[in-house]
Amino acid sequence: MAEIRNYTLNFGPQHPAAHGVLRLVLELDGEVVKRADPHIGLLHRATEKLAENKTYLQSVPYMDRLDYVSMMVNEHAYVMAIERLLQIEVPIRAQYIRVMFDEITRILNHLLWIGAHALDVGAMTMFLYAFREREDLMDCYEAVSGARMHAAYYRPGGVYRDLPDNMPKYVASKIHNEKVTRARNANREGSLLDFIEDFTNRFPAYVDEYETLLTDNRIWKQRLVDIGVVSPERAKALGFTGPMLRGSGVAWDIRRKEPYEVYDLLDFDIPIGVNGDCYDRYLVRMEEFRQSNRIIKQCVDWLRKNPGPVITDNYKVAPPSRVSMKQNMEEMIHHFKLFTEGFHVPPGEVYAAVEHPKGEFGIYLVSNGANKPYRMKIRAPGFAHLAALDEMSRGHMISDVVAIIGTQDIVFGEIDR
Amino acid sequence: MVTKHQEILAEALRIALNNQLVDLQIQFGEMTIVLSVSDIHTASFVLRDHPVLKFDTLVDLCGIDYSTYGEVLSAKHQLRNKRFAVIYHLLSVEKNQRLRVRVLAEDNELPAVDSVTDVWPAANWFEREAFDLYGIVFTEHPDLRRILTDYGFIGNPFRKDFPISGHVEMRYDEEQKRVVYQPVTIDPREITPHVIREEHYGDC
Repeated sequence: MAEIRNYTLNFGPQHPAAHGVLRLVLELDGEVVKRADPHIGLLHRATEKLAENKTYLQSVPYMDRLDYVSMMVNEHAYVMAIERLLQIEVPIRAQYIRVMFDEITRILNHLLWIGAHALDVGAMTMFLYAFREREDLMDCYEAVSGARMHAAYYRPGGVYRDLPDNMPKYVASKIHNEKVTRARNANREGSLLDFIEDFTNRFPAYVDEYETLLTDNRIWKQRLVDIGVVSPERAKALGFTGPMLRGSGVAWDIRRKEPYEVYDLLDFDIPIGVNGDCYDRYLVRMEEFRQSNRIIKQCVDWLRKNPGPVITDNYKVAPPSRVSMKQNMEEMIHHFKLFTEGFHVPPGEVYAAVEHPKGEFGIYLVSNGANKPYRMKIRAPGFAHLAALDEMSRGHMISDVVAIIGTQDIVFGEIDR
Repeated sequence: MVTKHQEILAEALRIALNNQLVDLQIQFGEMTIVLSVSDIHTASFVLRDHPVLKFDTLVDLCGIDYSTYGEVLSAKHQLRNKRFAVIYHLLSVEKNQRLRVRVLAEDNELPAVDSVTDVWPAANWFEREAFDLYGIVFTEHPDLRRILTDYGFIGNPFRKDFPISGHVEMRYDEEQKRVVYQPVTIDPREITPHVIREEHYGDC
């Protein structure tokens, strides 16, 4: 009888279904996975070490580059950690703006996830649909911060500036004539809030569209149902958070359990799964689309009615306005000190966690009273999830590994840091 | 500011861990306990299984190098010249409470701490990371390999004495027709100096 040996397969780091730079060493018995050993670190930039050598403010843009599909939420955890150490109050309007952009970011992230996940499993259309909607949300990012992705919009003490009164508009070109351009600009005539409101009115129909394509799709169900089942106890032991934990039926959401900013004033539901398989996690995220949309609507309503400051008036932490800076010596000195030496954070340690689209994103910040952090640890949700890939994929077929990577919503910016 | 919930938790910790509890602090509304390195493994089971504590999730585990922390703060935290520590962030999903555990490694040359992978499987990669970046050895860890740094990397990059520019750089060598490693050709530079102000600086 012929000797049967296990086959070792190198998956990635250049494989499109590896979602970035994942090198996966798979030990196979035929097509069945016996062991999966992810090799990570190909995108390691030592963000934490860099942060120790930068002032607090200089590290804000690094946060965007961690999980580069949910930029502002990363910043949120970071500025929250600093604010807790400094014990400064954030104006209520800034809190609403942050929550609104957190939820916009959640939709952005889930859109990329559904697009990439469906593409891995074999549905091309989803990817194109998802990117259509992402374009609108990217425009919101651009309107508010000037950058489509790496916003650096949240600052310790608030947000960089108030919401703009006008949206960037398309201009006519060889491809789009005047008439078409006018139609494309139709929802861009008003303020950013008008544009976001228009989006929230359109978005539920888009989610219905995705669900029509996938939820009852036979192939989609064959590929996802009963794949990568994780029991609630096991999910907690493996350090799962976010939709991965909720998919297993554990009702845990930091927005509800440890409310930060104004989440306790808003009305939304936390969807949970039943079976803990890839399909349940898909359903949880689809419902999160709708809930995020609900939150954004409430924030838009509130923001319309309540103007006010968006950043703290403590000039030791946030810069004074340009006008007063140019007329007033004191403000000028504040500005100069803030952008050269940076602000000093009193000694202590905090752990600030936010409900990131992928799970719990936490910043553990240790300060020794200097203008730079003494130690910063980034707790990335994807790190714990990917660590469980071996356990989740064992005994499944090799094609299911792709579905499991998709369901984990892996992004290497945050895992490798 | 100590909440009622934290008082109950602190009391439960004092009873459950008894003399294993070296220190308990509450700062910024977060509770930190200090355990000695010999007790961490047994104490972990208590923290996970005790009916009031129920810390079922290990959220985070990281290493820290206290070598440049400053004398005043080191004395305040009773580091006693110990350089490395492991910080555990625990979460109880069931009870909705969090706890930070600090364990100081005894030996500065070869810091070693017992692995908690058999208590919380999530610790596996986090411990590999702390081993990789700080050189903290986790005894009884099933698979203690480097995780984030390059294959064949030498040194522990997050230690405070490791320069931010590293020791080696990589380039393509035209003559050898391959990628070569060589000592770094750039000097580490500090654009903004690291400043700690004396107490009451700027008060008027």
